[in-house]
Amino acid sequence: MNTVPVIENRFWQHDAECMPRPQLESLQLQRLREAVARASALPFYQKKFKESGFSPDSIKTLDDIRRLPFTLKADFRDNYPLGFVAVPRSEVSRFQGTSGTTGKPTWTAYTRGDVDRWADLCARFLVSGGLRPEHTVQISFGFGLFTGGFGLHNGIQRVGAAIIPISSGNSARQIMTMQDLRPEVLICTPSYALKLMDDILSGNIDRASIALEHAHFGGEPWTESMRERIESGLGIRCWNNYGMAECGGPGIAGECAYRNGMHIQEDHYIFEVIDPDTLEPVKPGEKGEIVVTPLTREAMPVLRYRTRDIGIVYDDGECPCGRTTRRMSRIMGRTDDMLIIRGVNVFPSQIESALMQCKAVSPHYMIEVSRPKALDEITVHIEMEPSFFSDSMREMQQIRENIDRAIYGATGLHMVINLVSPNTLERFEGKSKRVKDLRNLKF
Amino acid sequence: MKIKQISLFLENKPGHLNAICRTLAKAGINIVTLSLADTQQFGIVRLIVEDWERGRDELEKAGHVVNVRDVVAATVNDVPGGMADLLDAVGAVGVNIEYMYAFSFRTNDKAILVFRFDDADKAIEALKRIGADILDASTLFSH
Repeated sequence: MNTVPVIENRFWQHDAECMPRPQLESLQLQRLREAVARASALPFYQKKFKESGFSPDSIKTLDDIRRLPFTLKADFRDNYPLGFVAVPRSEVSRFQGTSGTTGKPTWTAYTRGDVDRWADLCARFLVSGGLRPEHTVQISFGFGLFTGGFGLHNGIQRVGAAIIPISSGNSARQIMTMQDLRPEVLICTPSYALKLMDDILSGNIDRASIALEHAHFGGEPWTESMRERIESGLGIRCWNNYGMAECGGPGIAGECAYRNGMHIQEDHYIFEVIDPDTLEPVKPGEKGEIVVTPLTREAMPVLRYRTRDIGIVYDDGECPCGRTTRRMSRIMGRTDDMLIIRGVNVFPSQIESALMQCKAVSPHYMIEVSRPKALDEITVHIEMEPSFFSDSMREMQQIRENIDRAIYGATGLHMVINLVSPNTLERFEGKSKRVKDLRNLKF
Repeated sequence: MKIKQISLFLENKPGHLNAICRTLAKAGINIVTLSLADTQQFGIVRLIVEDWERGRDELEKAGHVVNVRDVVAATVNDVPGGMADLLDAVGAVGVNIEYMYAFSFRTNDKAILVFRFDDADKAIEALKRIGADILDASTLFSH
């Protein structure tokens, strides 16, 4: 465990972050009961409770959480659009969204109180990772349905720092803004930071013209070696945080000055780590699937959300920073086939359903993920439907454009569309392996 | 007066064009002329062969994506302005050229142009009016 802080150790909500464990656990128990009470207003959980004979007022200890049903990504689709919203529509103050497993997104809703708590949760990891009120922050996350953009925006505003909401894309403009407005803090996906770094280092840009000191990354998993590369390349500190839209977005966990993993905001979230096959808890400190129960979300009281993220919750005592909360590792992988491309969650099933709308291609396809430079790229290899082959280049280009449009419509990403001859892609008996990940990310 | 052209889908990978040529060679089918259109991701190869029906069958049997279209072949004098005269004639009747390619024979001073028009019949009519020499398959192959 690191015992030397990388930067000054600061808190945003000291009493909540450093609450003695017994007090924290009794707060969790009280909040879990409230969360279950809110969830029992939803037909989805009513049905689940009835099936298992669970009575919502029977939560006596924190271990009772294991008697609650899991919630899966697919449950959002099956209860689309707003089957998990437990408050009257008039009390919803914000909608954000993330990729669904097919063409439709997963919506996440917030009350005013949810948005307010979310801002504090983001402020916690921003402050522990170096943000100060006198700073200027360049937010190079996409603003839109993605929880990263507005989530971090609210957190930074709460801290009192200045915001440049430049959004993502256009590296030349990003770097110009860094030079002209001199922000100390950058918010983006780690892969976009790599791209910006490459452009800065290869672009004859005077490092002294850029004031960056810190970067907070989110939206996609990254590695310790990426951290070293960016920190030494740009001479900044890079900070990790964790969250997912289904449970409220970023702010669920984040690093402190000692960088001993990410502190879980346990007054607002209960974490479990399970074996994805047996659904039983793993031994303390072992790797498994992270299951998250938000305790204070009013608009969407989701219980035991199976994140499909693989990680570790550490069980090695208190962190020298003084926080009493348990810490988690980086995300080490997924238990499903979700891909995270340039910060966007992509399910192969989304690509498949888009392809099925295109007449000119067969149902045989292969998805290849690569990282030719800093940014991830997806190539979709699709077999031509022979009857649609034309000798006219214009018509052939039209076929590719139609595929591109359908995939973009479903995922929000442009991919490389590679038409191939019929019967050339691998055929599968049983479980198909249609995704090839050539990125070779090591966690 | 129209000629059958075989088009094939060409993947952007080494050896695909060669596989097509080999298939035809094995079947003893001679390629009279060939043109290639390509993008970064894929290509289209367009062929005129002597026995197009057998050519198509052999190529399909070998697993290629094939389509057959009518094209128009016309001779022009292999001199400056030879082609421009032809294009004037089809342009005047509003026919659009989807694509074209040209080749010449060493034995005479004529060049042969192969056109894919959006309206082949109308183009042939216009070309004939200016006295252009439209080739049928047997004349083309006897060159």
